[in-house]
Amino acid sequence: MALSLLDGNETVALGAAAAGCKFFAGYPITPATSIFNAMLNLLPQKGGVCMQGEDEIASIGYCLGASMAGVKAMTATSGPGISLYSENISFAIGSEIPIVIVDVQRLGPSTGSATRGADGDIQFLRWGSSSGLPIIVLAPVDAADCYILTKQAFNLAEQFRCPVFIASNKEIALTKESIDLNLLEKPEIIERKLFSGKPDEEFMPFAVKKSADVPEFLPIGFKGRLARQTSSTHGAKGYITIDASEIEKNQNRLQHKIEACVDAFTYFEEVNTDAADTLIICYGITARAVKAAVNILKKDNISASALILKTLWPAPEKLIKQKTEKFNKIVVIEMNKGQYVKEIERILCDKKIKFFGQMNGVLIEPEQISEVIKNG
Amino acid sequence: MDSLINKKRPPLFCPGCSHEKAVNALDKAFYNIKLSGDNIVMVSDIGCSGLFDTFFNTHAFHGLHGRALTYAAGIKMANPKLNVIVTMGDGGLGIGGAHLLEACRRNLDITLLILNNFNFGMTGGQFSSTTPADAIVSSGFLNNLEKPFDVCQTAIAAGASFTTRCSAYISDLHKKIEAAIKHKGFSIVDIWGVCPGRYTKKNILTPKIIEEKLKKLPAVEGTVSENIRKEYTAHYKEITSALKPFNMVKEIKPEFKAPEAGKHSVMILGSAGQRIITAGEILCYAGLKAGLFTTFKSDYNITVLRGHSVSEAVLSDKKIIYTGSGAPSVILALNKEGITRKKAAFKTLNKDTLIITGKDTEIPATDAKIFRVDFKKLKIKSNERALASLVVMTKHNKIISYDMLTSALKEIFNQKIFNASLELTEKIQNSDIL
Repeated sequence: MALSLLDGNETVALGAAAAGCKFFAGYPITPATSIFNAMLNLLPQKGGVCMQGEDEIASIGYCLGASMAGVKAMTATSGPGISLYSENISFAIGSEIPIVIVDVQRLGPSTGSATRGADGDIQFLRWGSSSGLPIIVLAPVDAADCYILTKQAFNLAEQFRCPVFIASNKEIALTKESIDLNLLEKPEIIERKLFSGKPDEEFMPFAVKKSADVPEFLPIGFKGRLARQTSSTHGAKGYITIDASEIEKNQNRLQHKIEACVDAFTYFEEVNTDAADTLIICYGITARAVKAAVNILKKDNISASALILKTLWPAPEKLIKQKTEKFNKIVVIEMNKGQYVKEIERILCDKKIKFFGQMNGVLIEPEQISEVIKNG
Repeated sequence: MDSLINKKRPPLFCPGCSHEKAVNALDKAFYNIKLSGDNIVMVSDIGCSGLFDTFFNTHAFHGLHGRALTYAAGIKMANPKLNVIVTMGDGGLGIGGAHLLEACRRNLDITLLILNNFNFGMTGGQFSSTTPADAIVSSGFLNNLEKPFDVCQTAIAAGASFTTRCSAYISDLHKKIEAAIKHKGFSIVDIWGVCPGRYTKKNILTPKIIEEKLKKLPAVEGTVSENIRKEYTAHYKEITSALKPFNMVKEIKPEFKAPEAGKHSVMILGSAGQRIITAGEILCYAGLKAGLFTTFKSDYNITVLRGHSVSEAVLSDKKIIYTGSGAPSVILALNKEGITRKKAAFKTLNKDTLIITGKDTEIPATDAKIFRVDFKKLKIKSNERALASLVVMTKHNKIISYDMLTSALKEIFNQKIFNASLELTEKIQNSDIL
C-alpha cells in the first residue's frame, strides 16, 4: 500500500496526462483553477502546452484549434464558464471536435458561491447549447473516479469526436483524500481513428461509410492532404450544404453515433442490500452520503439498495430500467432542486419516483437521506 | 508552384466587392513566398470574410463569430510550423476585441487580415466598431453616437509587432500581405474596402476617398520597432524546455501504528497567517504514515491575508465513505475568527471531544473537554500554535503519535523548514504541559 493525498482536481489532471492530453487552456475560476495549476505542472515540462485564456470563450477556442491540429485537449471551468463555452460546445458537437470539458460545479445561480458545492448544472450540461444534439457527461464520486473517468472521457472524446464532460463538484474537486493510485483501474488509451483511405482516395473530413459512424480524421497541417473544419452546416467534404436530405442524414448520425453506443460506456456502481424494496438513485458526491445512509438504515433494520450512476448523458436507459425492475420504491437524491429526477421519471414512467434535493452549499447528510427513506 | 485558388470553388462576392482584391493579393503573396497549401491554414471568421477559407486549396478552419484568433492560437501552439492566416471583418473585430488585444500582447506568429468595409455586410449593413459616425447604416442613429476605432493604433498600444493599413485597391497589396506573413510574430493588415451590397448603397465611398481618409491617419508601416520581441511559440519552448519535471504525487508507505482505532475528525480553527491549512495537511500526512485513510477540506476568506482559516480533516482506519466531518474528536481552537466561523459546532459537543486551545483564547460554552495551553509562556508565536497544538494532541494520544507527526513533517518540508519545525515540536514534546 502507498497512499497519496490528492484532491479531485489533481486526479483529473493526472488522469488527463495519463490519457495523453497534450493541450490545456483555461481561465481562472474557483473551484476549477487548481486543474489549471496542475496542468501547468504536468504538460509544458513534457512538450505539451498549457495556456491561460483571456476569457472562457478563448480558452475553449484554443482547445478546439489544438484538437483539430491533432492533439488531445482539455479545458476546465465552473458553471459561469460553461455558459460562456456554450457556443463553442455546439461547434464541437456539430463539427465533431474531440474535447474534454471539466465542470467543477459550484453553487449557483449566476456568480453564486465560488467555494460552495452543488450539482446544479446537470441538465445545463445536456441542454445548454444550441441544436440539442447529444454530448457525453460522466459524473465522478471521488478522487479515484476523477482519475479513471477523465481517462475514459478522453477515450470517448477521441472515439466519438464530441465534447465529453466531467461533472465534478467543489466537494470532490477541493477535498483532498488518501488514494492509492497504483490500485486504480487503468483503462487502455483509445486514439482518434485516422484516415485510412488509399493514396489516390480523396480525404473528405466528414465522410462516413455507415449511418452511425464517426468520420476518420486528419489533422489540420497534415502533409500531403488538406483538412477542413467548418462550423457551418456541412456535407462530407466540409463545405456548406443546403441539401435537406444530406443535412438530415448528418444530424441523425450526430445523434446516433453517441446514443446508440451508450451501453458501451455506461459506468455505474451498485450497493446491494438483501431484501431491499427501495432503490436510491444518485450520482456524484451525493452518492457517498447515500452509501453512508444505507449503512445507517441497516442498523435500523431497514434495507435499501443504491444505484450510483457515473454516466449521466446520454441517460443509460437500459441500465436504469433493468436495475429498477424489482423495486417498488425509487428515490432520487440530488444536490439540486430536482434535475436528473426528470430523466428518471421519463424513463420509469410507470413507477412512482420520490425525490429529495438540497442546494444550499452544504453536503446532503446521510441522516437526511435515511430519514427520507424511513418516511417512505 | 501554381496559384492556391480553389478552381472548383472560385471567389464569389457581390459585383464590385473589394474582398476579391484581397483574395487575389493573398494568393499572389502565397505564390511569391512559395508556400504550398499544406503549409497553410486559413482560419476564417463569420460574415463575408468567413468565405475566404473556401476559395483556397489550403487547410481550413471556419469557426464562430469573433473567435477566429482563438482557434488560430490553438492551432499554432499545437503545430508551430504551420503558416496561420486569419481573415476577419470589422464585425469580428468588435465582438472579438479581447482576442485581438490578447493576440497583440502574445505575439504568436499569426497573420491577421482585416477585411474592413465599415459595416456588417452579411446581416444587413449594421454599424461595426469601424463605422464612421456620420455614415448612414441600418442601425438608425446609433452609430452617430459612437467613435470608430483605429485597429492599428489600438493594436500597437496592445503590443502588436507588425501592423499596416491600406486600401484594397492598391496594386501592391500582395506585398503588404507578404511582408506580414514573413514577419515572425503577430502581424495585422487592415485592408479598407467597399461593400457595394450594403454600405455604398447609402454612403459614398470610392477607392479615391479611401486613399484620402487613410492619408489623414497616423502612418503605420509594418514593423513596430518598440514592440519587436521574441515570437511566442519559440519563447514558450525556450522557457518550458528548461523546466524540471514536477512530481505531483507523493506516495507514502505506512511505517507506524496509529494510537487509536476508528474514524476521527479534527477541526483546526484559526485565522489567516496561522498556518492552519498547513497544519491540516501535516495531520493528514501523519495519518498516511500509519496507513490511515484521510480526507481534508479547508475554508478561508477570499482576502487570504485576513479573516478566518479552517481546516477539517478526517482520519480513519477504514475507507472514508462520507466526507462530511460530523462531531469532531478534536478541535484545535486557535483564534476567534475560526472559532466564530464554526461557532454552531460547539453547542452539540460532549466530553468525547477534546478542545485544545490557548490560555488567552475565548471559546463558546461547550460540554467538551477543554485543554488550555499557555502559548505565551512557552514563547510559541501565533503562527506556531497550530503545529504546537498537533504535538499537544499526540501527548493526549489522540489519533496520531509524535513519530507519525515528525515523520509527516519530514515528508512535507525541505530540510531547513523541517529543522525549524522540529525545534518547535521538541519544545512542546519535552515540556511538562500535561
